[in-house]
Amino acid sequence: MSDIPQFVDRVIREYRGRVGFLIPMMQDIQAEYGFLPREALEHLASRLSIPLSQVYSVATFYASFRLAPKGKHVITLCMGTVCYLKGAKAINDRIRETLGVEAGQTTADGLFTYQPVNCVGMCALAPVLLIDEKHFSKVTPEQVSEILADYARREQVA
Amino acid sequence: MTVAVQRLTNAQELAALREELRARRAKEERVVSVCTGTGCMGKGSAALLAALDLAAREVAAEGRVFKVRPSGCHGLCEHGPIVVIEPEGTFYQNVTEADVPELVRESVLGDRVVERLLYKDPATGQVCRTADAVPFYRRQMRVVLRHNGLIDPESIEDYIVVGGYEALAKVLTQMTPDEVIEEVIRSGLRGRGGGGFPTGRKWRSCRAAHGEPKYIIANGDEGDPGAFMDRSIMEGNPHSVIEGLIIGAYAVGAAEGFIYVRNEYPLAVRRLKHALQQAREYGLLGEDILGSGFSFDVHINRGGGAFVCGESTALMASLEGKPGEPRAKYVHTVESGLWQKPTNLNNVETFANVPVIITRGADWFASIGTEGSKGTKVFSLTGKVCNTGLVEVPMGITLREIVFDIGGGIPGGKKFKAVQTGGPSGGCIPAQYLDTRVDFDELTRLGSMMGSGGLIVMDEDTCMVNVARYFTEFLQQESCGKCTPCREGLAQMLAILTRITRGEGREEDVGLLLEICDWLECAALCGLGNTACNPVRSTIRYFRDEYEAHIRDRRCPAKECKGLFVYDIVAETCKGCGLCRKKCPVGAIAGERRKPHSLDRSKCTLCGACFEVCPFGAVVKV
Repeated sequence: MSDIPQFVDRVIREYRGRVGFLIPMMQDIQAEYGFLPREALEHLASRLSIPLSQVYSVATFYASFRLAPKGKHVITLCMGTVCYLKGAKAINDRIRETLGVEAGQTTADGLFTYQPVNCVGMCALAPVLLIDEKHFSKVTPEQVSEILADYARREQVA
Repeated sequence: MTVAVQRLTNAQELAALREELRARRAKEERVVSVCTGTGCMGKGSAALLAALDLAAREVAAEGRVFKVRPSGCHGLCEHGPIVVIEPEGTFYQNVTEADVPELVRESVLGDRVVERLLYKDPATGQVCRTADAVPFYRRQMRVVLRHNGLIDPESIEDYIVVGGYEALAKVLTQMTPDEVIEEVIRSGLRGRGGGGFPTGRKWRSCRAAHGEPKYIIANGDEGDPGAFMDRSIMEGNPHSVIEGLIIGAYAVGAAEGFIYVRNEYPLAVRRLKHALQQAREYGLLGEDILGSGFSFDVHINRGGGAFVCGESTALMASLEGKPGEPRAKYVHTVESGLWQKPTNLNNVETFANVPVIITRGADWFASIGTEGSKGTKVFSLTGKVCNTGLVEVPMGITLREIVFDIGGGIPGGKKFKAVQTGGPSGGCIPAQYLDTRVDFDELTRLGSMMGSGGLIVMDEDTCMVNVARYFTEFLQQESCGKCTPCREGLAQMLAILTRITRGEGREEDVGLLLEICDWLECAALCGLGNTACNPVRSTIRYFRDEYEAHIRDRRCPAKECKGLFVYDIVAETCKGCGLCRKKCPVGAIAGERRKPHSLDRSKCTLCGACFEVCPFGAVVKV
């Protein structure tokens, strides 16, 4: 992981300093650090000569930005219409109960961040759950418990 | 094998390259095409592709040659991964890695067919050897998706072979911008993103608008849950969107364009980026395209995960690096859009229609469809339907044909209840309107809308009040909060709907909901707010009895809302396996092994564990 101001400067150069590309710049910063560090946002605002409040308003408006570090694994649950019709609500309940977190939160051990999303566009496989990049299709609450236990177990061994 | 990239400097060179590539392709004996659409990828087509590649290398060592080609979405996601052997077009479904040795030996190197991997029509039992024979495809008409299964989305050469960039060459060498606009107007093409505004007229307004520079935007921020058409087009045939966008830029006079892609679609972003790079290398994008003097380039922007950014002014705010809040459209975006400059925005599917309109002509395009809606529409058919997938049909087809002939009807012998169209701002259409012809105006007349093209089928187990609640909750969470009717109205509607689904509804609730609907419709700032009442209004219009059952009888007719139905065990069906007894967290179920069990309702907490676990369907909702 590189020095924050240096990295931010590099990102700004890539977009030739155009304020219109603020969101892509912030996406690149988040891709590097997993979240938007305060230092990076401050540096970004001052370099682009825009108020920090504008950067902050963007960071809080869009659901994909996070201001706190994420867990080791990100659990993405599709809450699209089809997944909902096919039982995503029960899966949402199961994940929240099992991990003791609400949407957007990270478990105390830093292992999982839970993020339900509107739709991942994989309706043929509904209900769909993703852990990091891996898909789990047509999942049931029972399977979710097993999947989560499996991930937690692997972490203990490692 | 790719030849060294040659930058094309005129239309003749493009035509010559196409001929050369075609001649080379004609020599290829067999091609195994593997679907790499999202559905198939989720079912393991990446591993399948790797296994086929390995097999191809192995047989190559023995002097036998076949080509493996990843392709875009074939549409029949329910039966993926899909593999097609060309030139015969043998259509295999549900193919796994384990099938590769047999498939290669029999069907690729040999001339036999692996029957067990063919599609079998569940209605007639007939085995289908090619896609044309599969009922799912028989009623479709593929215009936008016509090349989706045939080309490698990462190969510009594949796109050129099937006639790609021919339309662009024609436009740049033989047509003036006004002629292009005239052609698109005559074709009758209307915006595929939901609004249905005539595309050519929008282009004309943007061309006529004062101010420089002008911008053009392809909207790929497909935010409707249950919709994946745009995703499949961007992932399956990215060049078709880019070609349409360049033609649009030429027509309106834009030098810079943007493709705004949803954040949840990383593969679409990757393929579009790759395609843009290739187009630049071939001289089809950038400075002096095909030596015509016309210059244009495109950026890709990823959305930030905000549904409202599908709205044009919100999307433009997002492109300016601001929160995606819409503005009132007293002044149209074609006059003053991105950075207050004339801006033309169309959906990616709209752009993907443009090249074929240019090459085959406006008359051909206008011959498809209905009086007011021309061409085809891509739908993602999902929900409680047998053949979930991506379908493209001519405008004017009936909902019944889509749901029953193409979709194969409702699984599990359940009864059809409604089809939801138009995304969260659309409405639910009940069974008595199944013979409605699908076009922009008919769907609006029924209180729904075309929207971007999600078709979600609902069966008898779906509670329509709960559906309305789901969409309202979605819209309430996604409301940007700028205008009061949308922000407060949706919050109140959600509170009312929630209490109805909990059995706490009040007599006046339906009237109250309709009143808030009126306010949203007339007073919200943007199109999303205006149409946010559709789910509630359409379900009240067609399923008022369900609302009343919840409110007056404290009963959920679909038996979905917890607390508004109870569980029972059917003694005749129960085998006494004891699974439900063991699962019940409160000991409400009793019974001896191998004898029918019984449920004590006074203890039951309605958790549903018994219902889920019973393998014989003996636990029922009553």
